Amino acid sequence: MRRILEGSQAVAESVAMCRPKVVCAYPITPQTHIVEGLARLVAEGRLDAQYVLVEAEFSAASVVLGASATGARAYTATSSQGLLLMTEVIFNIAGMRLPVVMTVANRAVSAPINIWNDQQDSMSLRDCGWIQMYAEDIQEACDMHIQAFTIAEELNIPVMVCMDGYILTHAMEPVEVPEQEHVDAYLPPFKPKFYLTPKDPITLGSMAGPDAYMEIRLLLHQSMQRASFTIREEANRFEEAFGRSYGDLLGSYRAEDAELLLVSMGSLLGTMKDAVDELRDGGHPVGIVKVRTVRPFPRTQLHDALADARIVGVIEKDISLGLEGILCSEIRSAFCGAARTPNISSFVVGLGGRDVTVDNIKDIALGLLSDDTCRVEVAGIDHEVLWSAHSEEE
Amino acid sequence: MKPMFGVVVQPGTTRDQKKTGWRIYRPRFKQKDCIGCLDCLRSCPDGAVYQIDKKKFDSDMDACKGCGVCADLCPVDDIDMELEEQQ
Amino acid sequence: MEAAGPDVIIANATGCLEVFTTRFPRSSWQVPWIHSLFENPASVASGIEVALKALGREDEAKVIAQAGDGGTADIGMGAFSGMLERGHNILYVCYDNEAYSNTGFQRSGLTPKDALTTTSPAGPTSWGNLTRKKDLPAIVAAHGAAYIATSSVGYPVDITRKVKKALTFTGPKYLQIHCPCVPGWGIESAISVRMARYAINSGLYPIFEMEYGKITKVRKIKKEDLVGVEEYLKPQKRFAHLYKYPGGEEHIKAIQAAADANIEKYGLLAE
Ligand SMILES: Cc1ncc(C[n+]2csc(CCOP(=O)(O)OP(=O)(O)O)c2C)c(N)n1
Ligand code: SF4
Ligand code: SF4
Ligand SMILES: [Mg+2]
Repeated sequence: MRRILEGSQAVAESVAMCRPKVVCAYPITPQTHIVEGLARLVAEGRLDAQYVLVEAEFSAASVVLGASATGARAYTATSSQGLLLMTEVIFNIAGMRLPVVMTVANRAVSAPINIWNDQQDSMSLRDCGWIQMYAEDIQEACDMHIQAFTIAEELNIPVMVCMDGYILTHAMEPVEVPEQEHVDAYLPPFKPKFYLTPKDPITLGSMAGPDAYMEIRLLLHQSMQRASFTIREEANRFEEAFGRSYGDLLGSYRAEDAELLLVSMGSLLGTMKDAVDELRDGGHPVGIVKVRTVRPFPRTQLHDALADARIVGVIEKDISLGLEGILCSEIRSAFCGAARTPNISSFVVGLGGRDVTVDNIKDIALGLLSDDTCRVEVAGIDHEVLWSAHSEEE
Repeated sequence: MKPMFGVVVQPGTTRDQKKTGWRIYRPRFKQKDCIGCLDCLRSCPDGAVYQIDKKKFDSDMDACKGCGVCADLCPVDDIDMELEEQQ
Repeated sequence: MEAAGPDVIIANATGCLEVFTTRFPRSSWQVPWIHSLFENPASVASGIEVALKALGREDEAKVIAQAGDGGTADIGMGAFSGMLERGHNILYVCYDNEAYSNTGFQRSGLTPKDALTTTSPAGPTSWGNLTRKKDLPAIVAAHGAAYIATSSVGYPVDITRKVKKALTFTGPKYLQIHCPCVPGWGIESAISVRMARYAINSGLYPIFEMEYGKITKVRKIKKEDLVGVEEYLKPQKRFAHLYKYPGGEEHIKAIQAAADANIEKYGLLAE
């Protein structure tokens, strides 16, 4: 059924259709509308779940950890400071192989405190052992959650569904809301591979010394690499069941014969598509490669998708301070030892909610077409603000 | 449940660890003046003390770590700590 | 833990108990057991409890959370408070050895006044730990917990009885067990249980039970068992400085006064 819904409400409804048994989260802008939506669904009796009100994100993550270990499908959601507060538990959930699903409503991290969108929060946690997927629009965010539960439970790896705060969480759009029976057919009830019960006692979370720790981490790393296949399979199975497709680990837009390929993730891709349409109309050979999955990192797929371009511009809303955009560094690694490497440049944009316009993207593209020198740019800076913010002592 | 992903571990698998090598002293239950107060049995941190009779106790040398708690508590001095024989 | 029976699920904190019992690939635990982190067993146990409810398995097991004094009174306080406030049906057991033993005996919020730890050493400008022991049972009581008790490894039968009793209550329950730490307190292992008894029989560590906020039972000190605090302090290296430096007597007096105040407050002396 097609309905006009706010992004957060649409996600709440999709999550509810996945029938989590335990929902536990702590409010933070811009995630709040999602968890408020779920609280309402529970209160109205439309979602049969335990909704736990905790005193902090640290406990929210710990509660879903305990619930998942006990065999319940468990869900949480957060943003920014909340995600960082959860960090220790986030690593723990992955290390214990618990198939939790979490929404990250992407937001900048403090200081300065800022409640608006960028992707520094989840990108700084990319090495925590969770699968990380980024949604381009509200429909994809909804559908990604349904896929996330199947992927997590198949592999025993937790999945983070990242969606841009405000831009997706607070926007109203027509959304195709699936029928419950279709979701039930696609996502069967959770059958945990292991869980805490006196009927068959197990020990979870034991200490591992130098003699075994590496092997256990390797098992997780290998499962993470195998996740590529599962994600692709689930993308196909989802398309068969619901008729919607967003690519698998990658997607692309007007990428054929492109001399310049722009790479990004999340809602920025929408703006970029408009820019590329205008650039193509002007005869410029520009296309887009969309990254859906940051972990596992689709290294070979990215290599293959970008290898024929002369220039690659990675445009992203995060920064590894002192280096460049994080995704860009990782894309460079995909070309390590390659016969031919495009000129790859990093563009950091839209931090802390700074608007990124179609014209900004066109400027970046035209700039790269006229000068393809590899570079790192923090784009869209207001120099007057910069000068007024800092004066060096004499 | 089977071991899985290196994170699921079988319960009760440390029992087969013997503590014989940890001891410097070992308790000797004299079994002479015992009044059957049960202090040694209840307070042994390793559950090594076992009851033979109402006023007769001994310690399982596979489980005992030789801490001396039983001897310290015994109100009638019926447990001695003796130097472990060198092997 | 045998007192609780086999039908339990245990959520443990990082600390001595966890590290000693679960080195991969072995485990001492005969019951379902999970360790997550240092500061979150209360929240993990909350998750277990709600999951059992959500799955219609609440009759399957009692949920027990376990942590040290540091994990409970300091770093895990927020999570612990949340668990109590939400009213989960969980027994929370705190093993109080009065410091962070696992990391080499640093000060915690439950370290008693004047005790030496590696982060509260004594010297010309310090008598060791400068603050008094946090009254955790009172904090738990303020949350309206169903059952609160203190106990001690000095009297194992008392622990067993209280675990069993605690598990008959619905809602959050708290059991704080005083446990000597041989290397940390600087004592011979042989006297550890006797030391635990002296803590009680001097009045320093009152043993009591509370039901719904009211004290219902205290462990009385028999006349022949009553000891002065010095019997307890003197054998412990963590209090040795009180005997070494001039002025120490005043501190010992103050500790005796605190013990006497406990005896008075809880009515610890047997008739
Ligand atoms: C977040 C975090 N900080 C610090 C530590 C290091 N650490 C592990 S156990 C511990 C102290 C434990 O003290 P307590 O809770 O009293 O338990 P005990 O070892 O005394 O039984 C510390 C500081 C940790 N594991 N995690
Ligand atoms: S010496 Fe210690 S371990 Fe051995 S029996 Fe006595 S109390 Fe138990
Ligand atoms: S402590 Fe001594 S008296 Fe008491 S039961 Fe043991 S051996 Fe007998
Ligand atoms: Mg401690």
